[in-house]
Amino acid sequence: MTLPQLFFLYFAVSMTGLSLLVVTRRNPVHSVLWMLVLFLHIAALYLFLNAEFLAAIQIIVYAGAILVLFLFVIMLLNLRREETERMFQDQWPVGAGIGVVLAVFFVVIVGKIAVLAPLGEYSIDAVQAEGHIMSIGKVLYTKFLLPFEIASLILLVAIIGAVVLAKKRI
Amino acid sequence: MSVSAMLLVFIKTILVVSVFLIHVMYVQYFERKVIGHMQSRMGPMRVGWHGLLQPIADSIKLFFKEDIIPSAADRPIFYIAPIIGVIAGVSSVAVIPLWENFSIANLNVGILYILALSSIASYSVILGGWASNSKYSFLGGLRSSAQVISYEIAMGLSLVGVMMMAGSANLNDIVKAQANGWFIVPQIIAFVVFFISALAETNRVPFDLPEAETELVSGFATEYSGMRWALFFMAEYAGMFVMSGLAATCFLGGWSGPQIPFMGTMSGLIWFLMKLYMFIFIYFWIRATLPRYRYDQLMGLGWKIFIPLALLNIVITGLVKIL
Repeated sequence: MTLPQLFFLYFAVSMTGLSLLVVTRRNPVHSVLWMLVLFLHIAALYLFLNAEFLAAIQIIVYAGAILVLFLFVIMLLNLRREETERMFQDQWPVGAGIGVVLAVFFVVIVGKIAVLAPLGEYSIDAVQAEGHIMSIGKVLYTKFLLPFEIASLILLVAIIGAVVLAKKRI
Repeated sequence: MSVSAMLLVFIKTILVVSVFLIHVMYVQYFERKVIGHMQSRMGPMRVGWHGLLQPIADSIKLFFKEDIIPSAADRPIFYIAPIIGVIAGVSSVAVIPLWENFSIANLNVGILYILALSSIASYSVILGGWASNSKYSFLGGLRSSAQVISYEIAMGLSLVGVMMMAGSANLNDIVKAQANGWFIVPQIIAFVVFFISALAETNRVPFDLPEAETELVSGFATEYSGMRWALFFMAEYAGMFVMSGLAATCFLGGWSGPQIPFMGTMSGLIWFLMKLYMFIFIYFWIRATLPRYRYDQLMGLGWKIFIPLALLNIVITGLVKIL
């Protein structure tokens, strides 16, 4: 096994383990912290794919902003009650069963895929020559302009919705 | 990467980190002297000549103090919280260019790396506040989380103007792009927004609401003692150094400056340190001068003034670049 494969193995295994820790912790604050570790692992995986910019954005946006907001809300909850109550509903064996079936299905499908997609114009060398931020920016504002604008519109709707809900009289 | 190259990086790292930690230790002596003289006092005078050994005495005292942990604290998080802050602060130094072509890691996303680590550093305060299981600590932690999220946006947006002018997020390239004039002149709005946001991001006066000693005892650090408290303290000062270094690099041309005779490449380091310590002095000056902000004023300032100003700056910079 080569060094990159070993790295990937470590990240794949530990990310799976961390996701399990996130959903099984009794204390929600601990869940959020395992999620923080998970996000850092995802960022490392991006670095592994030579995507420095995405790795930095992953940490700034997810770990730095969204997760802090999660933590902010969870810290205001009454955790003492949360910790004594039962964690899962009665349906959890059904959910676990469906999850196992899907996982087997996924493994079989991935094993069947032999043809990789053709290489695009943005190879590692091309990206390195142009710079990550510039290449992402160019693609985002030319080729994928419409999806980008739609995404920003959806976010705008969410912001307006939040303002309307929070302030009854504007 | 060959073994010798890795060894070189390792040696560089150890050197820079140990020198940096000595600076962090002695800057509090500098702070006490500056504030002392501003308030017509002498500052520390007893330990050594003009109190020069004071930081060492303080370190020894803190190191041997009893480490008290509240019985209802969440122990693992209580242990880990101060360490997160120190690690984030110290590892930010890796990308700051100290003199020409010298930084431990020459990252293409240098600015974003520092922003990412400064958002990780905020976890140290939030978690320290929560894990102590005390109402003062908890309020400090909550305030810090809200404050850091708000000011991070303004700080990131203010640096976008710098990145647009330099055409790169690599700090070495940003210094080189300032050969024909420092960015503080064309980016004066960004500079003001950045510096004030950096004050809020490092929890310094007048934005030190997370530890506001008049209302919250000592905020998030109330339950910490001895070495663990010292780690919080170090994290705060390391953050100050990183923000000052970033300001010097992005707006004042970093290591660039006229060649100082007989110094060779070290003249870059001297210029960089002079600019950095100018910012540190301004931090202390502000601390000695201004009263603390009220919390709603702090939030209003961040969201209603700084973020729109930073966006305006991006628009203006973009227009100037196109024309």
